[in-house]
Amino acid sequence: MTWRSPLALVRDALQGQRARERELRSLVSNLPYEGLEKGKQPNRFFLSNAIKTTKYSLLLFLPMNLYEQFHRLANLYFVGLAILNFIPVVNAFQPEVALIPICVIMLLTALKDGWEDFRRYQSDRKVNNTPCFVYSRREKQYVERRWKDVRVGDFVQVVSNEIVPADLLLLYSSDPNGVCHIETANLDGETNLKQRIVVSGLWNLGFEPESFNSTVVCERPNSNLNHFKCFVEKPDKDKVGASIESLLLRGCTVRNTNHAVGFVVYAGHETKAMLNNNGSRYKRSKLEQKLNVDVFFCLILLFAMCLIGAFGHYLWLESLPGVPSFLVPDSNGHLDVPSLESFYMFFTMIILLQILIPISLYVSIELVKVGQIFFITNDIDLYDEETDSRVQCRALNITEDLGQIEYVFSDKTGTLTENKMVFRRCSVMGTEYPHKENGHQPARRTTAWQKAQKQGGSECTQRCGLQQSTGMKTTHQKLLQQISRAESSGGRRDGNRSFDPHLDFFLALAICNTVVVSAENAHRQRVSLLQLTRNPLETFSSLVKKAGAFFQSNKRNRTLSEDPVIDSAKTEDEADANRLRTCSLHAPSQNGSTIVEAEELCYEAESPDEAALVYAARAYGFILLARTPDSVTVRLPSGEDLVFEVLDTLTFDSNRKRMSVLVRHPVTKDYVLYTKGADYSIMELLGTPYAENFSGTEKNIAADTQYHLDCYAKEGLRTLCITKKVVSESTCQSWLGERKRAQAAMECREELITQTAVQLETNLTLLGATGIEDRLQEKVPDTIVALREAGIHVWVLTGDKPETAVNIGYACRLLEEEDLKLLFFFQVTCTAILDCTLEEVRRYRDDPRNAGTTQNISLVIDGDTLDMAKSPDLQERFVELTKHCRSVLCCRVTPLQKSAVVKLVREKLKVMTLAVGDGANDVNMIQAADVGIGISGQEGMQAVMASDFAISRFKHLKKLVLVHGHWCYTRLANMIIYFFYKNVAYVNLLFWYQFFCGFTATTMIDYWLMIFFNLFFTSTPPIMFGIFDKDVSVEVLQGVPELYRTGQGKGEYNFLTFWISILDAFYQSLVCFFIPYLAYQDSDVDLFTFGTPLNTAALFTILLHLGIEIKSWTLVHWIIMLGSVALYFIVTLAYTATCVTCNPPSNPYWILQNQMADPMFYLIVTLCTVVALLPRYTFHVLKNSVAPSPLLQGRQLDRMDPSTRDQWIKEWRGFRGGAPAKRYELSDPPSPTLETPVDFFPEFLPDSNFMGDDLSLNVITESRQRAVHT
Amino acid sequence: MVKEEQEESSNRPDNTAFTQQRLPAWQPILSASIVIPMFLLIGAAFIGVGVALFITSRDIQLQELDYTGDDSEHPCFKCRTNTEKCTCSMTFSIPTLFKGPVFFYYGLTNYFQNQRKYGASKDDNQLYGDLDYFTNPSTDCDPYTRDSKNMPIVPCGALANSMFNDSFSLSHTVNGVQKIVPLDGKGIAWWTDYNIKYRNPTLNSVFFSGTKKPTNWPKPIYELDTTDVYNNGFINQDFLVWMRRAALPDFRKLYRRITHDDYADGLPAGNYTLTIAYNYPVHSFNGKKKVVLSNVSWMGGKNDFLGIAYIVVGSMCVVMSVVMLIVYARFKFAEDV
Repeated sequence: MTWRSPLALVRDALQGQRARERELRSLVSNLPYEGLEKGKQPNRFFLSNAIKTTKYSLLLFLPMNLYEQFHRLANLYFVGLAILNFIPVVNAFQPEVALIPICVIMLLTALKDGWEDFRRYQSDRKVNNTPCFVYSRREKQYVERRWKDVRVGDFVQVVSNEIVPADLLLLYSSDPNGVCHIETANLDGETNLKQRIVVSGLWNLGFEPESFNSTVVCERPNSNLNHFKCFVEKPDKDKVGASIESLLLRGCTVRNTNHAVGFVVYAGHETKAMLNNNGSRYKRSKLEQKLNVDVFFCLILLFAMCLIGAFGHYLWLESLPGVPSFLVPDSNGHLDVPSLESFYMFFTMIILLQILIPISLYVSIELVKVGQIFFITNDIDLYDEETDSRVQCRALNITEDLGQIEYVFSDKTGTLTENKMVFRRCSVMGTEYPHKENGHQPARRTTAWQKAQKQGGSECTQRCGLQQSTGMKTTHQKLLQQISRAESSGGRRDGNRSFDPHLDFFLALAICNTVVVSAENAHRQRVSLLQLTRNPLETFSSLVKKAGAFFQSNKRNRTLSEDPVIDSAKTEDEADANRLRTCSLHAPSQNGSTIVEAEELCYEAESPDEAALVYAARAYGFILLARTPDSVTVRLPSGEDLVFEVLDTLTFDSNRKRMSVLVRHPVTKDYVLYTKGADYSIMELLGTPYAENFSGTEKNIAADTQYHLDCYAKEGLRTLCITKKVVSESTCQSWLGERKRAQAAMECREELITQTAVQLETNLTLLGATGIEDRLQEKVPDTIVALREAGIHVWVLTGDKPETAVNIGYACRLLEEEDLKLLFFFQVTCTAILDCTLEEVRRYRDDPRNAGTTQNISLVIDGDTLDMAKSPDLQERFVELTKHCRSVLCCRVTPLQKSAVVKLVREKLKVMTLAVGDGANDVNMIQAADVGIGISGQEGMQAVMASDFAISRFKHLKKLVLVHGHWCYTRLANMIIYFFYKNVAYVNLLFWYQFFCGFTATTMIDYWLMIFFNLFFTSTPPIMFGIFDKDVSVEVLQGVPELYRTGQGKGEYNFLTFWISILDAFYQSLVCFFIPYLAYQDSDVDLFTFGTPLNTAALFTILLHLGIEIKSWTLVHWIIMLGSVALYFIVTLAYTATCVTCNPPSNPYWILQNQMADPMFYLIVTLCTVVALLPRYTFHVLKNSVAPSPLLQGRQLDRMDPSTRDQWIKEWRGFRGGAPAKRYELSDPPSPTLETPVDFFPEFLPDSNFMGDDLSLNVITESRQRAVHT
Repeated sequence: MVKEEQEESSNRPDNTAFTQQRLPAWQPILSASIVIPMFLLIGAAFIGVGVALFITSRDIQLQELDYTGDDSEHPCFKCRTNTEKCTCSMTFSIPTLFKGPVFFYYGLTNYFQNQRKYGASKDDNQLYGDLDYFTNPSTDCDPYTRDSKNMPIVPCGALANSMFNDSFSLSHTVNGVQKIVPLDGKGIAWWTDYNIKYRNPTLNSVFFSGTKKPTNWPKPIYELDTTDVYNNGFINQDFLVWMRRAALPDFRKLYRRITHDDYADGLPAGNYTLTIAYNYPVHSFNGKKKVVLSNVSWMGGKNDFLGIAYIVVGSMCVVMSVVMLIVYARFKFAEDV
């Protein structure tokens, strides 16, 4: 390496810093500079692709780790004390010995940190050395390099199934359409394929890296995975915009694309993947905050005790008439005055009594949490077969917060529901068509089913089989007829501009989306194979497919009922998922002959709604065959393939709430804009009527559709409106130009793009509406009821319409028929209304008729009203009101409102909140809550990434919160209390002795044994207690959710329990000190012989105290408890047998041996232990007998045999009026048979005025409504 | 079968009793019905032990003689302020046979041998006979490490320096004749101290040359007992007894045992004279000096406390069990559900 002046180095460093800080970066190809020294490289300032996630380096490990550890106040405190011990006038022990505990603690922590760091180092090295292909000018081809050698400006070739090494701007793809498919599972867990498009307009001829002479200008690296702004400036100053659509992110896997070449824009730590990689989060739990307060109390106690010591020493010195021979002067033979001596003594006392602040508490808590997390993640009940995922604990230190939850905020879609969409109903041109799953079956098959059911015995088997046998959705025959009629008429009038709306409707369904069509080819085989092996049902259904329906299904049912696999977990959900995945097996039979190759198609959508729509369109014969950035191929029912040219896609955003596709019809050559979106965002954009020939009815179409939409909403369906717009060629061209400019803009690109979209989406023509069902996940009502019974307020926050939300609310038992419901929908809220409601609520609560029942008040509020209620002058009242509400349902709320609500409740009520959600829109809420739970569902992993715990089903929340939360909290709370008690009890033995040694900080216990006492003899039992103790069993905790209330609010670890245990510690230490004191009074006992029974009695007392607290003794408990006692005797005996002159001044040689030969020793220890523990024991017994706590009753339930217990719980439940969970009506849709189509609407009519009907609080509502109207 | 196939999937947690927290467990519930018999049992046992202890303690005879001489009537009053060698004698009578073996203790009150700095002021290695520490004692002994001429002190430190140096003899008046009661000074220290912790360098005076005696001592360590080479130097039993620090400020230390001749079975009734060589000053700490004659039992010296405590605690347990019984009758416990 050539020598360079330091000045040049500094200049270079500064330049590099500036280049990296710049808002825009200009990057050029490295190829012209290949082989030149580093200083001449244009991109030398940007980070290389080597990553280093380790915290420490080998040389700097010690200083850096120490620095980290000293950030903990507790460590500083103990090191400070150890240093204090080195000052001769104040030292209490040998200085070196005093260092041991803190050294052991810090060594343990350092070992743990070092091991973790080493693991990171190993994985870094593996990643950095992964091979990849980089273009080399010298060799004129792609040569193998390591990831760490890739630099910004290189050309990297990636092949199928390879992982992308850095953020690449996609320049070339082997795909003829310039598309590269990637899977971002490593990044966000989404397994669907995503398309990336080559930056357009760069290559006229073939792709050649060496001829790349443009400059790539991109923004500064940021962590946003969904945004990237960049343009490529060609030598002729022509700019081509590129966005995230052309960026291959580091960590993604290339799929379905043979090879692709990209230009490295960000490398190493500047890649989006690395910027998102923040590691696990650190949150401080409420318990730990409380703990710190108590540590502070202990400090005060310590100071008080030290002051007493210092003052006592002063008095003692003053009381001596002369200078006795036992008073040792300093080395000059000089004695300090008593006041100065006692001043020194204060510090000596601090050293002596330092372990009053539990040194190992923090380490123990960490260990306990590791154990608790181990058990949570290993819980088989929280394991989801379908996704093969366990519960993940991402935040490692808030397990106990789970046990104190008072408010649960839940998202709806994907959290309470499956987020697996099933197309249910549609309305086309004002006519309503139901589309049913499991529609009709031939009667004989049903009997076969019934037979099978008898054999199998369970309803589940039947349902499972039902799903499998019919598989596809049975289309509505009338609609099919309508389509075929339109098809034929359309065929006749080929070239005519008017196209039947029914056809348009389904075309829109098939086209207007961003679904990726992929074939079941080798690249994706992995998934389907897995599915097949995991689910034998699939193989059966494919057999069925091949061999014909009836005979096989009969046989299969027999097999099914014998098959042990069909347990309750394998209900229709799984079948559903499998159907979506391996769709080839369930192609619609109606079109069976025409779609041979279409069977190979699989649709992968970012949102499940879209997939459902495409599948629905396919069921009616409109098959989406292929999608490229420029075209969509659709097969019509007639078998004709149409290739639509896609001019632009106006992607979905949450402000517009719609998406559009601008296509050119291949036959009519019309420019058509298909738009789909939320009804309220579409209805206001409707323009001129659809066509002249419908003029008589056109007005009704919108109204009818709206009516249908309302009905859908009330049934809990998700609604979408489908519209069409024919755009003239000139308008289209000018718009496209504008659009292009917007896309290349560097400044406010998003705004411009949205603007152009809004410009085009006007004057839409309504085609129809769809209703998609999103099923409730299994056991959701059960879970919500359990949470409610556990005293948790449940809030559901959803973006849905109020009608949909209320319906789902009933279905999941968030709302009950008999509840008192308050509905706030009028967008005008004022103090008077809130006051009035509050007054009413209080009256309702205080009403003697309602005295016995629990408060069943529910609140339904929509987003706009919520905004008003949150205004500073109203929020106090609003929060007060919600406090009385058992459940709250917020509809039409935005992600920001969700988090604002969580924050409001959390801050105003000072309660523990939990937020659960599955989508990106829940991220804010999850982060705002004390405990954030992500559901790894259909909508990617963003929620999981932001969460503290990740579960796969909503029902897991029940066990996670009610069982694990309760356990973790009680375990940790009891352990912490015990820890404080233990240290206070032990330290006080020393303190009492000070009264008999002139407050000179003498210890009567060997210092090594004192250290061992805390570090070894009594350290494992509390940790074991914190990990293993089980106060109430799973069954009882789940059966009687009320037990959860014990942890809420202040819980078991509060002011009272803390001080009671401290007082108990004082009492016990008094006993353990004064019984031996009185027994040895006036004898020739020597110092350490006196200390031995004290130490032993303290050991037994402290361990047996824990024994009283332990609720269930497993083998582990016995081993550890007995092991601790054995360890004490073994270590002490060995130590006193070997230590002849060591550890002056105590040199405890043969002391325990002598004592153990003396019967007095045993008598004293027994008496001490019994007397010390008697009060606590008696207190427990009396409390358990006279006023048993709910937890004790729970434990008594545990002792019954399971069947009696279940019976008892059931009876108790019934007694309290908890009706058995109602079945969710929507999961069994009305299924009118084909022969007698039942009108769809009448069943909705009774419900249509539910706003007034269900209200028990009619008066208020009405008066408020009047107030609004006037 | 299929089930096994499923379990092969990598993420599935092990379904064992341990990981699922279903280990068989004993779950005791503390309630009166279980506790009543337990309390009764403990109460009975404790009362039994207590009675035994109390009776044993009652049987122990004890004779305490305060010889501080604070009272001007006291024969030792003259020695209290006297710095010269001074002897005084006290007479006492024993009404009945003082059963042997009789232990002869001296006692001090308000003497804080358990003071921290005082206790640390010694050099264990020196006392272990390590010659390096003869010439160069540990700084723990400061300021009793070297004398004014900078000669090392052996044994160094405040603890050795302040060794108790009163000596006693006991005589029995038989028919008007004073008969010396033989006092046995062997085996009064801990066996381990005598044999292991403390060692003399092989040849006494040679190795002690170049060292000084502690300032308060009248004679050097190797002249503590010139009559018996096995009771001289560091392994002098009186020295060992003193060096084992008392736990409490009011303590007694074993001085001699009376095990020989006619007194092997105890001290017969009669008049005795205790002659004291009064050296040790106690007025600087308001202390008292005493001599204690006591016989011992299996539970050591006389101490009524433990017996009484056992009886009290045992009775309390019995009372508690009665209370529990009332509670039990009053609240038909939830156990019946």
